[in-house]
Amino acid sequence: MKEFDFDFMSKRRVALGFSLVLLSLSIGSFFVQGMNLGLDFTGGSLVEIGFESEIETELVRDHLVGAGFENGTVQYFGSNRDLLIRVPPTIGQEGSQLSDQIYSSISERFPGASLRQASFVGPAVGDELAEDGGLALLAALIVVMIYILFRFTKLFSIGAVIALAHDVVIVLGVFSFFQWTFDLTVLAALLAVIGYSLNDTIVVSDRIRENFRRLAKRSALDTVNKSLNQTLGRTLVTSLTTLFVLVSLLIFGGEVIRGFASALTIGVVIGTYSSIYVAASVLLRLGIKREDLLVPETEEVVL
Amino acid sequence: MNDYQSGNTPLLGVGGSNGPINSFRSWQYILIFSVLILGSIYAAPNLFQPDPALEVRAVSSGSLGPRVIKSSLEDLLESGQISDVKKIEVTGDSVVIRMNDNESQLRAKDVVENSLNALEQNVVIALARARTTPDWLSSLGGVPMNLGLDLFGGAHFLLQVNMDDYLDGVVSSASEAMRDALIEKRIRFIPGRDWLSGKTISIPFRSEELRESAIEALTDFSEYSLEEQERSGEYYLVYGLTEDRIAELEDRAIDQNLTSLRNRVNELGVSEPQVQRLGRSRIVVDLPGIQDSARAKEILNKFANLEFRLEALPNSRRSQIESYDYEGVRREILSRNIVTGNNVQDAQQAYDPETGQPQVNIQLDNDGGRRMNAVTKDNVGRSMAILFIEQKPRVRKKNVQGNIVEEFYSVEEKRLISVATIQSALGFNFRITGLDLREAQDLALLLRAGALAAPMYIVEERTVGAQLGDENIRSGWYSVVGGFLCVLLFMVFYYKWFGLAANFALTMNLVLLVSIMSVLGATLTLPGIAGIVLTVGMAVDANVLIFSRIREELKDRSPQKAIQAGFDRALLTITDANVTTFFVAIILLSIGSGPVKGFAVTLAVGIVTSMFSSILVTRALVNLIYGNRNLQALTI
Repeated sequence: MKEFDFDFMSKRRVALGFSLVLLSLSIGSFFVQGMNLGLDFTGGSLVEIGFESEIETELVRDHLVGAGFENGTVQYFGSNRDLLIRVPPTIGQEGSQLSDQIYSSISERFPGASLRQASFVGPAVGDELAEDGGLALLAALIVVMIYILFRFTKLFSIGAVIALAHDVVIVLGVFSFFQWTFDLTVLAALLAVIGYSLNDTIVVSDRIRENFRRLAKRSALDTVNKSLNQTLGRTLVTSLTTLFVLVSLLIFGGEVIRGFASALTIGVVIGTYSSIYVAASVLLRLGIKREDLLVPETEEVVL
Repeated sequence: MNDYQSGNTPLLGVGGSNGPINSFRSWQYILIFSVLILGSIYAAPNLFQPDPALEVRAVSSGSLGPRVIKSSLEDLLESGQISDVKKIEVTGDSVVIRMNDNESQLRAKDVVENSLNALEQNVVIALARARTTPDWLSSLGGVPMNLGLDLFGGAHFLLQVNMDDYLDGVVSSASEAMRDALIEKRIRFIPGRDWLSGKTISIPFRSEELRESAIEALTDFSEYSLEEQERSGEYYLVYGLTEDRIAELEDRAIDQNLTSLRNRVNELGVSEPQVQRLGRSRIVVDLPGIQDSARAKEILNKFANLEFRLEALPNSRRSQIESYDYEGVRREILSRNIVTGNNVQDAQQAYDPETGQPQVNIQLDNDGGRRMNAVTKDNVGRSMAILFIEQKPRVRKKNVQGNIVEEFYSVEEKRLISVATIQSALGFNFRITGLDLREAQDLALLLRAGALAAPMYIVEERTVGAQLGDENIRSGWYSVVGGFLCVLLFMVFYYKWFGLAANFALTMNLVLLVSIMSVLGATLTLPGIAGIVLTVGMAVDANVLIFSRIREELKDRSPQKAIQAGFDRALLTITDANVTTFFVAIILLSIGSGPVKGFAVTLAVGIVTSMFSSILVTRALVNLIYGNRNLQALTI
């Protein structure tokens, strides 16, 4: 195994610039385009219909408009034999009947069409899911912060949470930028990204702490650099194996799981970067010193 | 050198100062390997593909038992009408026919349905997947994992119970009962007033004395809160619902709705339906493998009932009369019921032998039968009307302080389906005509199932077709295999022998994960499979941490010491990193439902098993390979 000796921290201004650009693009896109929220959060009805042969979306759209479902959107789902039809919650009174009506109307016009999946989410349930989801994200960040505060020190905790927030915002930004559908599974993936990215950050922080104690004579910058290099092999290998399985999910997992796998893949890449550059840079910027770590050491002994 | 980390990890109790370095005591090996063997046993049931099967069950108590059904099925088999049958067996009160393949399953369903219905046996036939777990495994308690709806196909419904309507109904019928009680005891209240306002009942009296005697007369209603008020010289009794009472009523309504829903879904031809309460006023219905979800939707929140009433006499009080059209004629009937569908014990749809028209045969319960008998005995020659009531759920948008909210309400449709002269005192059994076939079938089913106490609305629905379910299983399986193979190859390539040990641990991790999920009865979903895949990727992390640590330690220690230090020092880091992910999984568990919950469960269980396997199993293997040896060099 190779010994790494990169001077990571000398490039931290470049990294800061890079992060700032990504963050402002993400937030910008968020404000300009917003998120393309999935059915889980907006409410409404969704029908996936499989056709026997390739089908033009226009044909189906025209048929739906003719049948009185004007607000529906029709798009390909996975292949051009599968169509996803989404209808906002404003149409009609009986939301749960809508998917049946759409399907039966289509199967009359296009014999052989099969109902692959149908969902209906009432607006109230959608609002609840959105609220719970937001709360869960916040709760995850807070729990993580408390745990790190307890296991490490305040500076590490701030560094870790800034790194996590960085990752979450950028993944959200990518979804907003490309207007990919953000649904409940993507939210779950986002929480998993928090867990994953934190793994990385903790491993790096752990080494920084250890080295601060062992290498008392070195400067903070040197110590952080050395720690990053020592953990680099592990960081890369772990990210690589995780990316293997995620790419496998992207290739084989099918359309249903695509958003989930994409969010995780982006999250893992960004999380790896942020555990090197964001968490550690924050530590340096906050002016971490050897003395900052002396208090928890005694705590550790008591424990 | 002895910093806090190595001093803080007595977990494995390895080496130490006296024992040999890098070897476990034999009981430690035995413990670890017994866990692995147990894990393999309880994961094993998942290797056996279920048989496509038909589950045939009698609908009502009056029908034939499973043994009779079984023998008529065997007749079908003998006469060659159904084929490709593996086995016909009786389990509980149903008969399971195991088939060789999916096609013959579908074919057999039609045949069985037609022939049993021709025999006038009321049976439900469900497409099922019968487990093929070998007996020795099931006798050890081995069961395969449950498959979620996204893998199995099926429908999931979330129903909102409209408690407000229900409570209004309870209060309004209580006010009727109070009025009756006061009239019966001849206590005069001020007539012509509306007693109901919201969920309170205000009864006006002319004097305090009358009010006092009314309190005495209404002691039956002690579960209501009672307040005495005086307004403009009138004396009021105000009855209201207490919080406790509301909670109690809600529980009762939900319980009755649950019972009715369970009875309803039992007739839908689903092999393992789930009906559960969720929170204060919601009910979850899961119908795995259901073929016709539209039909399920129709029957779930359908609210249909019958009311038997006497026709009004010319001297009946105007306030107690309702009028309906019947065959083009306006008929006046009393608003009070003799009995309702709630008193029905059993109901079957049949055909009138003379006219061939659909009818519903009804059997009343004890209470209902007695009341019917008592009333009809005194009213021979008078007409009795049967009112068919259906509540249709509707949703409308409402603007509340600028926010558009959805409001549920029901439209009640009542119509007379029969008016007939009472010829003689009636008993427990009736037949009802005047409905079309579909209405008769639904009415029979709903009366059998019991009425819903409170109206319900579907607020969420997820339906996945069987075909998509199969595709999801396939894609999930390919992603696990693809990802897993890549990781295994990489580990051997990168870490050589240690990589092999890690691969063994990784495989064991997968086995343990599957076995724990199976034993816990957890449900596997597509995101759950993704969780497994992710666990595989991330579980490597612990081993990587250990191995790279060993590599580093090799620089200033002997190989044996380096192995020990590597494991010990990485332990705390691994724990820290995993504990936080575990927290995240728990948070996810609390918000998610269905597929997302499946992901959270696999993530949480995966963290536990991966810590066990990457720390203890790898260590045991490394100890077995390298322990007690005089190592000069180490390839890692």
